[in-house]
Amino acid sequence: MKFARDTWLVFQRQTQLLLRNPVWVFVGVFQPVMYLLLFAPLLKPALNAPTQAEAYKIFVPGLLVLLAIFGGLFQGFGLIAELRAGVIERSRVTPVSRLALLLGRSMRDVVSLLAQAVIITVLALLFELRVFIGDLLLAYLMLALIALMTSAVSYGVALKVKSEDALAPLMNTVAQPVLLLSGILLPLTFAPGWLQGVAEWNPFSWAVDGTRALFAGDLGNDKVWQGLSIIAVLAAAGVAWAARQFARSVR
Amino acid sequence: MIETRGLRKSFRSRAGRQHKTVDAVRGVDLDVAEGEIFGFLGPNGAGKTTTLRMLATLIAPDGGQATIAGADLLRDPAEVRRRIGYVAQGGSTWDDSTAREELVLHARMYGIGKADARRRAERALAAFQLTEYADRKCKTYSGGQRRRVEIALGIIHDPRIVFLDEPTTGLDPQSRAHMWDEIRRLRAEGMTVFITTHYLDEADALCDRIAIMDHGEVVAEGTPTGLKREISGEVLLVGLDVATTGQAAQLLDTEPYVAKLETVDGGGLRLTVDEGATAIPQVLRRLDHAGLALNSIELHRPSLDDVFLTKTGRSLRES
Repeated sequence: MKFARDTWLVFQRQTQLLLRNPVWVFVGVFQPVMYLLLFAPLLKPALNAPTQAEAYKIFVPGLLVLLAIFGGLFQGFGLIAELRAGVIERSRVTPVSRLALLLGRSMRDVVSLLAQAVIITVLALLFELRVFIGDLLLAYLMLALIALMTSAVSYGVALKVKSEDALAPLMNTVAQPVLLLSGILLPLTFAPGWLQGVAEWNPFSWAVDGTRALFAGDLGNDKVWQGLSIIAVLAAAGVAWAARQFARSVR
Repeated sequence: MIETRGLRKSFRSRAGRQHKTVDAVRGVDLDVAEGEIFGFLGPNGAGKTTTLRMLATLIAPDGGQATIAGADLLRDPAEVRRRIGYVAQGGSTWDDSTAREELVLHARMYGIGKADARRRAERALAAFQLTEYADRKCKTYSGGQRRRVEIALGIIHDPRIVFLDEPTTGLDPQSRAHMWDEIRRLRAEGMTVFITTHYLDEADALCDRIAIMDHGEVVAEGTPTGLKREISGEVLLVGLDVATTGQAAQLLDTEPYVAKLETVDGGGLRLTVDEGATAIPQVLRRLDHAGLALNSIELHRPSLDDVFLTKTGRSLRES
């Protein structure tokens, strides 16, 4: 009860501050829309898809996973600013739940990601993407879990390194191979065997496959439950680890 | 209200590939009574902030024990958090929030309900003369206003003790005097106030009792007056002509209240006395009776810096 209340309190505050800064809201919508408008048209010929709708079925889920990964991974920067302002320390002298300090923030990230995802999905519908609502909701669950994990990890790392100068290269170094090895931009079916082998070890590659299966209406595909389970386990581990950083971080 | 025994903390620092252990706090014993302003005086790096952060549950001590407002620091830090307020040195407000939002949020983090939190915020804004700026963003505040918001945050839940880490550092003289009044007001309301400072005058004027800290240890503890009296007594500088100095020395040397008498080159005497205030009229009377004219009389009370110098061998201003 106290935990739920504390989480809500942190979530409310963070959301309020986010909405107060219209620049971020604008950027959050503008970027994915640019991908959709300026990059997606290349796909039909590139993927050799029979129709534009088919190409979107492959590209939109990838784009959404990409947003979830990157949206989460760079949240740590905001936390470093809060650390510097003394806001985190101020919270830590109160009896507020440490897990709530993390989860309230991560929930905001998940909600803002889902808002982006809805906007993109609606836009893609205009381009004749069709997807069942049940499948779509499951895909959103996958996205929510990914964002939860990446944002939690980003917060945890931010509390450890405490400086933007260290966080930026660290996150980029992680994000780049993860991105390339997940088949987000182009499906890995085009990849040579060794590359596919390496990608097997990338959990996000499973998440992308699962999400694509859902967009294709292939709910029975094993990739769906496999992707969801892998990401759920990782999200739980990420949250547990990051919450511990909140409990013991120094300054 | 606060009782600590042997509180210790070391940090591991790394210089190149070598690990070094720095003993930031090496066994601190403190007894702070209810309703007093207790000051922690010492140079930067003496371990004041580390001690304070341990008492505020922000870092775990390596050893020792402490009871704060009746709660055990090591066994029940959550209870300690409920009973104390803490205001950090470097600030704790968010640029894009307003004072009112910060106060309401902070109260709610202590589990206070929404309506009550709003009432408390309103009351705190009035008490700290912030009502006028309550709905402006914190980044528009002056240093003094912002510090007042932070102190108000620290006591929004009516703690029994509030820890203030260098509450007046970086404030202009007027805001500083204002802050002292605020801190005295907290004491008047029955709160125990624990401050750290590296200002001698602040420790002297504001604190009921002080502990002087150096290199992670408490080197002296007591009331500012008591500490100063303990080291040397007070000094009277009597300005006289060279011609009359000898005669005056003879007269005053036998007086019971004069502990020590030295002649000053170029005329004049330097008397060490227990209490300057009572010695002055007696000296004046004695010299007047003998018909000796004096040019000046000056009372020099030892400062806390003299105390620090006696205890550590160096001046606080230098360290």
